[in-house]
Amino acid sequence: MHSFKARPRVGTLFFGGAFLLCLLIITGGVRAQSELLNVSYDPTRELYREINAAFMKEWNATGAKPLVGIRQSHGGSGSQARAVIDGLNADVVTLALAGDIDAIAQRTTKVPKGWQTRLPHNSAPYTSTIVFVVRKGNPKAIRDWSDLVKPGVQVITPNPKTSGGARWNYLAAWAYAERAFAGDTNRVRAFMGALLRNVPVLDTGARGATTTFTRRGIGDVFLSWENEGFLALTEYGADKFEIVYPPLSILAEPSVALVDGNVDAKGTRAAAEAYLQFLYTPAGQAIIARHGYRPRAMQHADPKDAAKFPLLALVTIDEAFGGWAKAQTLHFGDGGTFDQLYKPGG
Amino acid sequence: MTLVSRTRNRFRWREPSALPGFGLSFGILITALSLVVLLPLAALVLKAASTGPAEIFALATAPRTLAALRLSFGAALLAALVNVIFGMVIAWVLVRYDFPGRGFIDAAVDLPFALPTAVAGIALAALYAPNGWIGAALAPLGITIGYTPAGVLMALIFIGLPFVVRTVQPVLAEMETELEEAAALLGASRWRTAWAVILPPVLPAALTGFVLAFARGVGEYGSVIFIAGNVPMVSEIAPLLIVIRLEQFDYAGAAVVGVLMLALSFAMILALNILQSVLRRRLGHV
Repeated sequence: MHSFKARPRVGTLFFGGAFLLCLLIITGGVRAQSELLNVSYDPTRELYREINAAFMKEWNATGAKPLVGIRQSHGGSGSQARAVIDGLNADVVTLALAGDIDAIAQRTTKVPKGWQTRLPHNSAPYTSTIVFVVRKGNPKAIRDWSDLVKPGVQVITPNPKTSGGARWNYLAAWAYAERAFAGDTNRVRAFMGALLRNVPVLDTGARGATTTFTRRGIGDVFLSWENEGFLALTEYGADKFEIVYPPLSILAEPSVALVDGNVDAKGTRAAAEAYLQFLYTPAGQAIIARHGYRPRAMQHADPKDAAKFPLLALVTIDEAFGGWAKAQTLHFGDGGTFDQLYKPGG
Repeated sequence: MTLVSRTRNRFRWREPSALPGFGLSFGILITALSLVVLLPLAALVLKAASTGPAEIFALATAPRTLAALRLSFGAALLAALVNVIFGMVIAWVLVRYDFPGRGFIDAAVDLPFALPTAVAGIALAALYAPNGWIGAALAPLGITIGYTPAGVLMALIFIGLPFVVRTVQPVLAEMETELEEAAALLGASRWRTAWAVILPPVLPAALTGFVLAFARGVGEYGSVIFIAGNVPMVSEIAPLLIVIRLEQFDYAGAAVVGVLMLALSFAMILALNILQSVLRRRLGHV
């Protein structure tokens, strides 16, 4: 019994201390001012780390109110958009597709409807495309989209419901099939169904799918962002993987936007606007090219980086699908083509 | 409390006990329960109710929803069952034997509690993937665990184990060894002793552990998502359906799936609790 008496006191002290510590941490986080939050999608971690460092240096040399830091948040593009809608205090969003920023503009007043016209090139300072990453030597001889539906070929792609990159994958395949079957919808659907049946794992995000393909050794071909494909080669070994460019792919335009509602509340508009502008500067474009994204102004890229990007036949979302709003509801909305293809017997 | 109030209010419940402070503590119970549990649940149900009954029915009976619910509940039940068996053995060993490193193993049992579920999921995926240590060993036998429903089961077994061990352990520790000795002296075989003397008092606690492990498993997302494969109709768990609905900004649809899971869980846990109280009555006070 003797120890029983002393115990509550130690417990109270401990929990009191822990409670105070929590309070300190929480309020400490709130107090930090003049800091930007860039809410981005999955594979841009490395890109924005370098962009942030370069921009901070430039901005703090201008004599304007100095920035103490730029925080980044990464995740599936759709869930990041949802976080901003639900109140995540982003100054800028740099997401995988315009559709996700549209969602913010539709559901809140934080981003104006015409956001895409405020910056050059559809508010997308860089583009990318969808490529095939295959195992070294391309043992299954995968050259084109038609090879993906062959029996015994395992295809890795994330879930288009949760991953922006996967939506580009899906649309690229769809665009191929539209052309290959001259718009015969039934055959396009049959093709897409066969493709999805060859997918053994549907990760929720692009980075997860990269890990599944490279680390876990699953799949024969990985439908990937071009930049994520480069990363797979540099991180996991050019001796293990190679990139195959399909004869036709899609022009992916990951868009950026200022979140007006948040920057005005935080007083960070000037810095946030300059941050997005910086992406279009020669310095910004060079960093973009270094990380495997296609800069809008290729002349600013290091020639060594520029050589990485072969010229491709790329369809755009506007010409092939009539824009994101249409593609989103038709293919990825509730009961859209993706859901239909996973119905039994679909 | 007084005779007057008792006669005035016929439906007044039985005087709870002679302990003072019932009013205050009961008030705190109601407030805390409302704030922490009932309010969020009510919000969930309200959100779900904002969709029409036809839509709710369509969603609830969609093959894909049913497949996901079957996987989530089936795997959680199976995992809880496995955990009850191994959990009881582990608890028995920890309580009854003294061996070097017992304290260490005892602490290790709690690790699945402490580990962030995502870390657990990635670790399991690394082990059970076709090129992982265990996955590679099983591959020649034609067994794949990673990215199949079996992977879901492995993840749920992992996270559910401590529940059973921690509920059974104290009961075993308090059990008097004299009972077993008496049973042995009266001529009972070892099996019979285990079956008729040790198991009955342990069973209700094991059932509690089973319910806890099951409830945790049904809702588990973080660890499962990395090893499940997430293919619709095959290895897609119900919590992922909720996340997918959220991703398409269909909050009401997400709430509907949530309420479905809640109702199913509640029904099963209620049934198990009733079973447990029956067990307790049958097997005496434990």
